Amino acid sequence: MSALGKNMMLLLAGAVLLMVAPAFIVSKFYIDVLTLIFFTAYLGQSWNILGGYAGQFSFGGVMFFGTGAYASSILLTTFGVPPIIGIVVAIFAGALLGFIVGFMSFRSGLKGSYFALITLAFAELLRVLANSVEFTGGGVGLFLKYAPGLSNLQFETPTGFYYFALLLLFISIAIALWLERSRFGAQLVAIRENEDAAEALGINTLRCKIYAIMIMGAMGGAAGTFYAQKYLYLDPPIAYSIHLSVEMLLVTIVGGMGTVFGPLIGAFVLHVVNEIARHFIDTPGLSLIVYGFILIIIISYLPNGLIGMFKKKLKQTDASALDKLKSDQGDGNA
Amino acid sequence: MLPAAIINGLMFGAIYALVALGLTLIYGVLHIINFAHGAMLMLSLYAAFFLFQLANIDPYLSIAIVTPAAFIFGYLIYRYGIGVLSKGKDQNILLITLGLSIIIENSALFFFSGDQQTVSLSYSFEAFDLGFMYLSYPKVISFVAALVICALLWALMSLTDMGRAIRAVAKERQGARLVGINVEHIFAVTFGIGIACLGAAGCMMLPIFYVDPYTGNIFVLVAFTIVVLGGMGSIIGALLGGFIIGITESVGGLLLGESLGQIGISLIFILILIFKPTGLFGSKV
Repeated sequence: MSALGKNMMLLLAGAVLLMVAPAFIVSKFYIDVLTLIFFTAYLGQSWNILGGYAGQFSFGGVMFFGTGAYASSILLTTFGVPPIIGIVVAIFAGALLGFIVGFMSFRSGLKGSYFALITLAFAELLRVLANSVEFTGGGVGLFLKYAPGLSNLQFETPTGFYYFALLLLFISIAIALWLERSRFGAQLVAIRENEDAAEALGINTLRCKIYAIMIMGAMGGAAGTFYAQKYLYLDPPIAYSIHLSVEMLLVTIVGGMGTVFGPLIGAFVLHVVNEIARHFIDTPGLSLIVYGFILIIIISYLPNGLIGMFKKKLKQTDASALDKLKSDQGDGNA
Repeated sequence: MLPAAIINGLMFGAIYALVALGLTLIYGVLHIINFAHGAMLMLSLYAAFFLFQLANIDPYLSIAIVTPAAFIFGYLIYRYGIGVLSKGKDQNILLITLGLSIIIENSALFFFSGDQQTVSLSYSFEAFDLGFMYLSYPKVISFVAALVICALLWALMSLTDMGRAIRAVAKERQGARLVGINVEHIFAVTFGIGIACLGAAGCMMLPIFYVDPYTGNIFVLVAFTIVVLGGMGSIIGALLGGFIIGITESVGGLLLGESLGQIGISLIFILILIFKPTGLFGSKV
C-alpha cells in the first residue's frame, strides 16, 4: 500500500473510532470533555490557517467567534430565525469581519507583533460595542430558550453536541488537508517563510492573507453559534474574551503550528492537563498557570510543537537516508 | 463639566505616561514588545496594597520600596528568563511575554483571589476646591509624583554614564559591544528600569484606583496605545501620548457614557496603526 493510502486508512480509522466512541463512553462528563476538546481543536485550526500556515499571529481570534455567536443569537431572539439558518449567517458575518480586519490591517502592511496587537484591539473594540448597544442585550447579555431540535442546533443529550462538535472538527481537518495539497496553501506557506520573496514570485500576498483571515473568520462564526446553542447564554465578556483568543493560539502552538493535527493534539493535551490539575487542586487559575509555563517551554524548546518532536525524527531519517544515498553514489563513481 | 474631565484626564494621564515610558524604553533599546507589561503593573499594585495592608506603609512612601524591588524583578526576569528563552525572535518574545502574563495573572488569582482591593487613606477624601470642581489630594500627589519620576528618568538617561551606555546600545549594539559595553547587562538593566517605572506607577495608582488580578488586562492595551500614538521608542511621545489618552478617556466617558466611553482607546490604537504607524514622534515601525 502506498504511503498516502496508508495515511488515509489511518485517518479513516481515527474518524470511525471517534464516531463510535459515544457508544462505549457511559459517563456524560467524558462526553462533555471530548466535545470541548473538539471545539477547542476546531477553533485552534481556524487560528492555525492564518497563524500556522500563513504566519500571521492574531491575539484577537475570539472576535469572529463572538460576532458569529451574536449574529445567530440575535436572529433567533429578535427575529425568530432558526439557528440552522443562523449559523450560515454567522459564517458569513465572520468572513465579512475577517475581510474588514484583514483588508484594513494587511493593506497597511501590519505584520508580526503589530498585527497581533491590532487584532487584540479589534476584539476589544467589539466587546465595548456589544456592551454599549441595545440589540446585543448590552451587559445583561442574551438568554436563549432551551428547545432541543435539529433546526435549533440543540440536543437533548450531550451526545448530540458531541456529534455537532465532531462534525466541526472533521470540517476543520478537511480544510487543513486541502490547504496542505492546494496551491493556495503553498502560497500561504510561502508568505510565512518569506513574504518579500513570495511577492517577488508573483503571489498576491495581500489577497492570500485576506482569504486566510476570511476562512478563519467563517470558521469562528460557526463556532459562535455552536457555543450559544450549547450554553444558551451570551454576554460581551464571554463573546469577546481574551482567554479564548489565547486558548486558540495555545492549543495550536503546543500541538504544532502549520500542521493538520497540531490543534487537535494540543487541545487534547491541554484539556487532559487541565482535568488532572483540577483533580488535585480545584483552585481557579492553577491550570492557566500551567498553560503559561507550557507555552513558554514549547516556544523556547519545541518551536514545532509536540508534533514536531516526531517530524524531526522523520526528517533526520530522511537526511541520513539521503547521506547514505550520496555516499553510495560516491562509492559507485570511485 | 468638560474642564473637569480634562483635568481629571491629565491627572491620570501622568500615570499612564509613566506606564508607557517603561514600555517604550524597553522597545526603544531591546526592540521587543513586552506583553506582560500590564500583568507586571498589576503585581506592583498588589505590592503597594500589601505593604499598606500588612505594614501600614502609605502607598506614596512605598514607592521607595516597590520601585527598586521592581527593578530587581525586571532585571532578573530578563537576564535569566526572557533573554535566554526567546533566542532573539520578535514573535517568540511576544508569545513568551504572553505566557508570562498568563502565569503572573493567574498566580495572582491563585494566591490573592479575584476580589477587588482598594485602600482608604486618611486623606483620601480631602480635596482642593478649584471653584468648578474638587480635585482629591491623592490625584494631585500622584500627578506630581509621576512627573517627578519622569524627570528623574530623563536625568538618568541623559546625564549618567549608565544612560549613555543604554543610549549607545539602543543606537548601535555591535558598536557598543566593541567599545566594551556589556550589552546583555545593559539589556537587563533597561528592562529593569522599564519595570521599575511600573513599580512607581503602581504605588501612585493604588490610592485612586483598585487592584484585582485582571487589572493588567485593562492597562496593557492602554499602554500599547500610548506607545504607538507617541511613536515606538520615543520618550517625549510616551509623555504626550499619556496625557492625550488620559484626556480622551475621561472626555470620552463624559460624552459617550461609562460603557461606550472605553471605545476611544482601542479606536485610537487601530486608527494610528493603520494610518500613521510611526506615531507622532517615532521614526519607524
